[in-house]
Amino acid sequence: MATVSTNEMKSGTKVLVDGEPYSVVDNEYRKPGKGQATNTIKIRNLKNGRVIDRTLKSGDTWEVADIEEVDMQYLYNDGEFWHFMNPESFEQVQASATAVAECSKWLKGEEACKVLFFNGVPLSVTPPNYVILTITDTDPGLRGDTSGSGGKPATLETGAVVRVPLFVQLGETIKVDTRTGEYLGRVGK
Amino acid sequence: MTQRWRPDASLATLKARAELNRSVRAFFVERGVLEVETPLLSTHATVDRHIDSFQTRDGRWLQTSPEFAMKRLLAAGSGPIYQIARVFRLEEQGRHHNPEFTMLEWYRPGFSMHALMDEVEALMCRLCDLTAGFERLSYCEAFERHAGFDPHAVSAASMRAAAVAADLVSAADFADEPADFWLDLWMSRCVSPALGTAAPAFVYDFPARQAALAQVRPGNPPLAERFELFWRGIELANGFHELADAAEQQRRFQADQQARREAGQVVPPYDVHLIDALAAGIPDTSGVALGLDRVLMLKLGLPDLAQTLAFAADHA
Repeated sequence: MATVSTNEMKSGTKVLVDGEPYSVVDNEYRKPGKGQATNTIKIRNLKNGRVIDRTLKSGDTWEVADIEEVDMQYLYNDGEFWHFMNPESFEQVQASATAVAECSKWLKGEEACKVLFFNGVPLSVTPPNYVILTITDTDPGLRGDTSGSGGKPATLETGAVVRVPLFVQLGETIKVDTRTGEYLGRVGK
Repeated sequence: MTQRWRPDASLATLKARAELNRSVRAFFVERGVLEVETPLLSTHATVDRHIDSFQTRDGRWLQTSPEFAMKRLLAAGSGPIYQIARVFRLEEQGRHHNPEFTMLEWYRPGFSMHALMDEVEALMCRLCDLTAGFERLSYCEAFERHAGFDPHAVSAASMRAAAVAADLVSAADFADEPADFWLDLWMSRCVSPALGTAAPAFVYDFPARQAALAQVRPGNPPLAERFELFWRGIELANGFHELADAAEQQRRFQADQQARREAGQVVPPYDVHLIDALAAGIPDTSGVALGLDRVLMLKLGLPDLAQTLAFAADHA
């Protein structure tokens, strides 16, 4: 099994700690002039996003986590699994609800996603930064309001709920930033 | 073409470094301390269990401090001496560390540890426009104030429990480490970050086990006549009332070699010339080493050591 030493742990290095995959966020080296050197490593759990600090003696090692990020196209959901295809190899994989998690609310079909594999199994899915979706439910807004102030909730065709300006109507197609869940604008027909 | 050929330090910083060196030399000229130069390469090396040396292909070692050679000069009757030396330490790299750095080291025959602290303070005031009256805390006081325990009385197990409770380490880690490991961890994580937050502060009278090359003053507990200087939480200097007993020095070197052997570390040969020099006799002396790059970093308010260096190690 490949290992990394404290001095090779850079931001983004994928490590296996207590059987869980983590990504290194920060690495602080400390050493009293004539004493034991330590590294305090800030790591993010790739399953749940939780960030923790772990202290190691300098020179100690962790196993490298078998992590790979692949650009894949979302195909369909069979009721239990979400199916993705590698557009280069046409290889298909299925991801569990746990892996897809919050990402599912942006997926309609054919989106270019990033799938993170841990030991060859999909661990998490990141949707495209921007998606274009149709509003399937929202209250009729006040006629003539074009200021965009206030806003109201709107349900999209994938089930996601976003805040839109009052003038945006049922059946319209909008652009949303998936990182913030923010409405960016209407998309012309 | 990348921009990696460019210096880390700005031109203004390089000028400030040159000015710092000039001020250091002027300070010691005024005080009648002789500038010396000693070899960077030696057939011997430090055996300190926490300091590793670079070894050259012909089996020699790059110095981690000019201490041994300078003490040989003292034994030969040099009188007070100083040196601005480049020193090398394997695998020491981080925000405040670079594997090679500039050390100002000086020795004062006839000075006590406290008299030498006075001189360190005078130099720091000159170099960094500070006002005299730096705080002086014993190692014990520093721990009681910032770690909440007496470092001479506490066990490894209770320091570990406190470190877990304070979230310094995970409960799963470091089950079998000795007390000195925990003292070092508490020092680097909690005590030193709280030291010298305004003006620099001295810590003195270390545990006898951490004497390194300092004399140990008998008592209960026995204390090492060793001091360090901290400013804004960063260790700047380490000084000793120097051990002058050849037999005791040899015993400490051999104990460090034994500890290195047991830990599977490289075991360099200790400096037999230093033992012979001590046996021939050196005057009662206090000596200190000051990290000039760190002084420059703090003087200029720079965020990391690399910005004080023309070229930091990762693209030297």
